[in-house]
Amino acid sequence: MAAAGAAATDLEVVRGKRAALFFAAVAILLGLPLWWKTTETYRASLPYSEISGLNALQLRLMVPVSVVFTGESVPLDDQEKLPFTVVHEREIPLKYKMKIKCRFQKAYRKTLVYEEEALSMGSIQEAEAMLAESQEQAEGSLTVYVISEHSSLLPQDMMSYIGPKRTAVVRGIMHREAFNIIGHRVIQAVQAMSLTEDVLAAALADHLPEDKWSSDKRRPLKSSLGYEITFSLLNPDPKSHDVHWDIQGAVRRYVQPFLNALSVTGNFSVDSQILYYAVLGVNPRFDPASSSYYLAAHSLPHVINPVESRLGSSAASLYPVLNFLLYVPELAHSPLYIQDKDGAPVATNAFHSPRWGGIMVYNVDPKAYNASELPVRVEVDMVRVMEVFLAQLRLLFGIAQPQVPPKCLFSRPKGEGLMTWELDRLLWARSVENLATATTTLTSLAQLLGKISNIVIKDDVASEVYRAVAAVQKAAEELASGHLASAFAASQEAVTSSERAFFDPSLLHLLYFPDDQKFAIYIPLFLPMAVPILLSLVKIFLESRKSWKKPEKTD
Amino acid sequence: MAAAVRLAALVLLLRGPGGWGRAEPPRDSLREELVITPLPSGDVAATFQFRTRWDSELQREEVSHYRLFPKALGQLISKYSLRELHLSLTQGFWRTRYWGPPFLQAPSGAELWVWFQDTVTDVDTSWKELSNVLSGIFCASLNFIDSTNTVTPTASFKPLGLANDTDHHFLRYAVLPREVVCTENLTPWKKLLPCSSKAGLSMLLKAERLFHTSYHSQAVHIRPICRNARCTSISWELRQTLSVVFDAFVTGQGKKDWSLFRMFSRTLTEPCPLASESRVYVDITSYSQDNETLEMNPPPLSTYQDVILGTQRTYAVYDLFDTAVINSSRNLNLQLKWRRPPENGYIHYQPAQDRLQPHLLEMLIQLPASSVTKVSIQFERALLKWTEYTPDPNHGFYVSPSVLSALVPSMVAAKPVDWEESPLFSSLFPVSDSSSYFLRLYTEPLLVNLPTPDFSMPYNVICLTCTVVAVCYGSFYNLLTRTFHIEEPRTGGLAKRLANLIRRARGVPPL
Repeated sequence: MAAAGAAATDLEVVRGKRAALFFAAVAILLGLPLWWKTTETYRASLPYSEISGLNALQLRLMVPVSVVFTGESVPLDDQEKLPFTVVHEREIPLKYKMKIKCRFQKAYRKTLVYEEEALSMGSIQEAEAMLAESQEQAEGSLTVYVISEHSSLLPQDMMSYIGPKRTAVVRGIMHREAFNIIGHRVIQAVQAMSLTEDVLAAALADHLPEDKWSSDKRRPLKSSLGYEITFSLLNPDPKSHDVHWDIQGAVRRYVQPFLNALSVTGNFSVDSQILYYAVLGVNPRFDPASSSYYLAAHSLPHVINPVESRLGSSAASLYPVLNFLLYVPELAHSPLYIQDKDGAPVATNAFHSPRWGGIMVYNVDPKAYNASELPVRVEVDMVRVMEVFLAQLRLLFGIAQPQVPPKCLFSRPKGEGLMTWELDRLLWARSVENLATATTTLTSLAQLLGKISNIVIKDDVASEVYRAVAAVQKAAEELASGHLASAFAASQEAVTSSERAFFDPSLLHLLYFPDDQKFAIYIPLFLPMAVPILLSLVKIFLESRKSWKKPEKTD
Repeated sequence: MAAAVRLAALVLLLRGPGGWGRAEPPRDSLREELVITPLPSGDVAATFQFRTRWDSELQREEVSHYRLFPKALGQLISKYSLRELHLSLTQGFWRTRYWGPPFLQAPSGAELWVWFQDTVTDVDTSWKELSNVLSGIFCASLNFIDSTNTVTPTASFKPLGLANDTDHHFLRYAVLPREVVCTENLTPWKKLLPCSSKAGLSMLLKAERLFHTSYHSQAVHIRPICRNARCTSISWELRQTLSVVFDAFVTGQGKKDWSLFRMFSRTLTEPCPLASESRVYVDITSYSQDNETLEMNPPPLSTYQDVILGTQRTYAVYDLFDTAVINSSRNLNLQLKWRRPPENGYIHYQPAQDRLQPHLLEMLIQLPASSVTKVSIQFERALLKWTEYTPDPNHGFYVSPSVLSALVPSMVAAKPVDWEESPLFSSLFPVSDSSSYFLRLYTEPLLVNLPTPDFSMPYNVICLTCTVVAVCYGSFYNLLTRTFHIEEPRTGGLAKRLANLIRRARGVPPL
């Protein structure tokens, strides 16, 4: 009876142990993974290694240059020995994590018949017009014509000529070392027309460590898909001045051609407004000597802020806004002049603010006050105003004045006020800037996601990241093969996709979910469930150790 | 600047043969108007209207150039192809029973209704984007407008301006009753005015006074109107309206007198030079009935009579462009004075400030004999901050008793007594004259039951659920893993010995 009872108890004990082990097994094998799966944040996989690879990307910017020799430009035997292509590569020394190399790929060839004909014309303009008719040059490429030493196309003292399109003309030479000398001249002209260190440094100004020049380089607007240009006429004293401006005509005549030329780089929209009772933030000082008022150079930074609140942000788009203000000073403060750092009045009576726009002070002709009673009708001379604003517009778009090599004839731009190669140069700079921005954005996004594990990464965010990485790589490839237009398009896509991924609101959904609150919710459930399982596991473990030891003793 | 000089040569070449056409006459105009209406309850309503009219086809022109019309709104019209836009931001409620019918009432909070042009293909997307942009322009939470609070009325809200067809698919209407209107909404509204708040009627728009009122409603209405009598082309009209109702007691210390300075703490000094018309109208319909007692200062130069909202009304007109109105004293401070001295009575009211001071209402009233006087005060029950609740918040919150200090006429004339000689109980309050005695009464304190949130509900639910799960699980676990067997009796053991001691003491056989 007792034995049977003990056997039944033993059986019962074994069953209990099995049940406990089974519980533990279910809790560990089923419960834990289920809990883990249901509470984890969804994180789509991202190309982390490729993103970190982007930082070490080597940018090769290729400039295809075709050098065309006319018949008498170099000695005949040199012409026979012309190599097919020569690559001239140099690294641009910038303190930036990306290595940027500039490659001038020069393809040499002889003139074709129509080119020969064109280059024998009387003047350089005619020759150029004829050459431009017959062929279309790709964005970013350059053509240099080497003409004979005694050609009358250029004035005798000039060695080279830089045209408004993508062409340059270099005078040849009959010399034993002709080839080297000409090669040097070609490189000089080509460098003036295409990438230089300055251009790239300005493009990467935001990504480079600060130095003393950086504030000057940060003047141009950041690259964007589009720009809004707003002309505002500020009339703080409508009781004395009744100001009229023909902004519609001025925009049509001067601004629109310039913007049409620039339209490759983005969308532009132009509008204008008149603001009354809008005053500058600084009280002008009176100068008794000239009985005029002046704004000192050091007070100019304070001028903009109070005006800015009246300008109003653009309601219709998210593009950056460039403001151009024409300020007609009130009667009590006129005439008003802007002084530079040395105290001399600025000739244009205007100044600009980096990445913001420009302000011009327009003084009313004092004779007008004698003739009639207040308010005086003022017609703004738009030519005077627009030449200042257009110059500022060039500066703010980062179109710097070119550095002309010595003994070089330099042509003025045609109607639109922009040379084609200047536009190309802008495209190079913008592409590099876009690539740098996209890389930085992607890197910071990857860092952020690595650091904070609570962030949800949705599939569409991940696909944007993939698209951005692919676009960066494509842009780099296109740059290396010299296709500027498609490289620029790809770099814009890279920026757009990377920013869309970075600013996606779904990243923030679960961000605030601190650990202590999580445990406050889990503990009431987990503690009572885990304690019996753990205790019985410990008990089973101790008993089994005892039962292992027992047989040893009997031996 | 060097570049500027160099570029000069270049631009001069560009000058076309056309030269400059004379600038055409301005195609936009501004009218401003202020109507002051004394309300039947004694409050004063002031309604500003600024109307900018622009003779331009906004949708057709590519480059947009603005003069008086604000650029921000003009861009909206062309970008979202709007036909009409009506936005109002209101604080308070127009009490028609006391104040009479309003010129243009608006619901409390924010109201936006928009007619789109029939060229718009996706009205809902445009509506969503438009409300977001407007929320940025007016600093209001219009971005909370979504499909859950947007409706398309089919019968009401017909276009107020020119309209060929009224297909209600292009109408959207939304109200946000919770929107709180404040200075931050007024500032962008003022910025849309051509004269900003520097000249003209808009000088009176001082935020701290405008929001110290019983009713404040500011609105923007954009609609197309006929340019001329034959309606051959379209002009755009922007009306900015602002109505406020000043509490007569706060501004006038219980008198019916009012003046511009007392209401707005400003006076009018000059008209807006850009406006073609700048006028102040004062409703004197009720004054002309008993004109012996009331006086307008300065006296109006002209009056205007019309039937407004079904009743014949008379307005005193002050034209700010009329040199006689302003030049006499360099500023215009409209005043209304009562010639008759005010009745005997005194009301002092000091409003509460949250967490700083309580309300104080003192009234000095002469009560007629054997009458009942009721003084009632409305409470608004509000939620406190959660740390401010007492440990037993469901008990309620006390409002201190009100005090009634009365000088009651005595039935019997008391004889004058010597202060020092009389018993102490009769000489607590000093009595000046013997025909009345002083009495101070207190009412019961009021226990107000404030709404109380359940502070720990979510955590309680979690804990309760977990406990239930844990108890079920625990017993289940025990049942399955424990082995139940009969314990063999054991000798010894402290418990058994103790039990045996007790048993022995009770005379029961030990275990």
